[in-house]
Amino acid sequence: MKAMNEHTDLFTTPADAGTLARLHRTLELAAENDGLLDVAYRTVDSPVGSLLLAATPRGLVRVAYDAEDHDRVLETLAGRLSPRVLRAPKRLDEAARELEEYFGGRRRVFDLQLDLSLSKGFRLLVQQHLPSISYGQTRSYRQVAELVGNPKAVRAVGTACATNPLPVVVPCHRVLRNDGTPGRYVGGPAAKITLLNLEAAA
Amino acid sequence: MSKQPFEKVVAEHGGTVLRVCRVLLGSHDADDAWSETFLAAMRAYPDLPETANVEAWLVTIAHRKAIDVLRAGARRPVPVGELPEEPAGPGVQGAEDDGLWQAVRALPDKQRQAVAYHYAAGLPYAEIARIIGGTTDAARRAAADGIKNLRKSYPDGVRR
Repeated sequence: MKAMNEHTDLFTTPADAGTLARLHRTLELAAENDGLLDVAYRTVDSPVGSLLLAATPRGLVRVAYDAEDHDRVLETLAGRLSPRVLRAPKRLDEAARELEEYFGGRRRVFDLQLDLSLSKGFRLLVQQHLPSISYGQTRSYRQVAELVGNPKAVRAVGTACATNPLPVVVPCHRVLRNDGTPGRYVGGPAAKITLLNLEAAA
Repeated sequence: MSKQPFEKVVAEHGGTVLRVCRVLLGSHDADDAWSETFLAAMRAYPDLPETANVEAWLVTIAHRKAIDVLRAGARRPVPVGELPEEPAGPGVQGAEDDGLWQAVRALPDKQRQAVAYHYAAGLPYAEIARIIGGTTDAARRAAADGIKNLRKSYPDGVRR
């Protein structure tokens, strides 16, 4: 890169951000039209911090807290799903809108297509059952273990909640320790309490 | 170590590819070439070996896309003498750059390509030779001749 300064600055002038932003948007549309947008993502601000939202053509596949490190989450998605990962907000419009309504206390149930392909086996089974715990309600890990027909698998239920790829939307925050205290949470204990208080107040 | 999300590729190399396309085509057609380049790159990205030089790979795609754009343009009947000035991209090239852009466009293809890939993308000559054909020495000479010609026709814009 040093050689350039010997000759001309023109070829090294940084392309203006506006042009690159416009070109990026055309790429998002073209990639979607050509079926290349394997993973689209965007971030949204929320009372529990910045949330990363990612979707495949099948549906919302990942919601990630800041604490999970969005860059690392995207790298994991690139490795597990497809490296064709592009910031393309349009596919996440509906999810962003429903989350905004949820955090505003105006939505109790998410009506979104979900892609559960990041989870397998018992974890998937547990995560599929979590939406049956309705808004404002809570269950203990033991109760969820009973719910999925495996009352001894209390610890495995805890693991399933901790590895939920779709926190907030798939309500693992509604599962508490057997003594009723909130317990651990992928977004940190403070985020769990924020969500529980939000739902209790509405 | 798995492959980076494609968004990272766009973020890291989008600016360089745009500069390359502008040197090859001027600012208006550069946008189309950029879009075609990254769409083709996104299509092929899963098959790119993890050890590949991503920038050289992108420049190789841009090289082909720029040739496509030029060929498509050559088929469009544009009366000589009524060729409009390239519209200036916002905040990119002011009127004072027009002379240099015209000088760049007047270069023989190989010289313009070698100048773009070495001075706008920073690729080594061996890599440039792979893209435009010929030997490493020929690529080095094409870039040197290109800069010499630019300096002749546009002495103010090409500094030492």
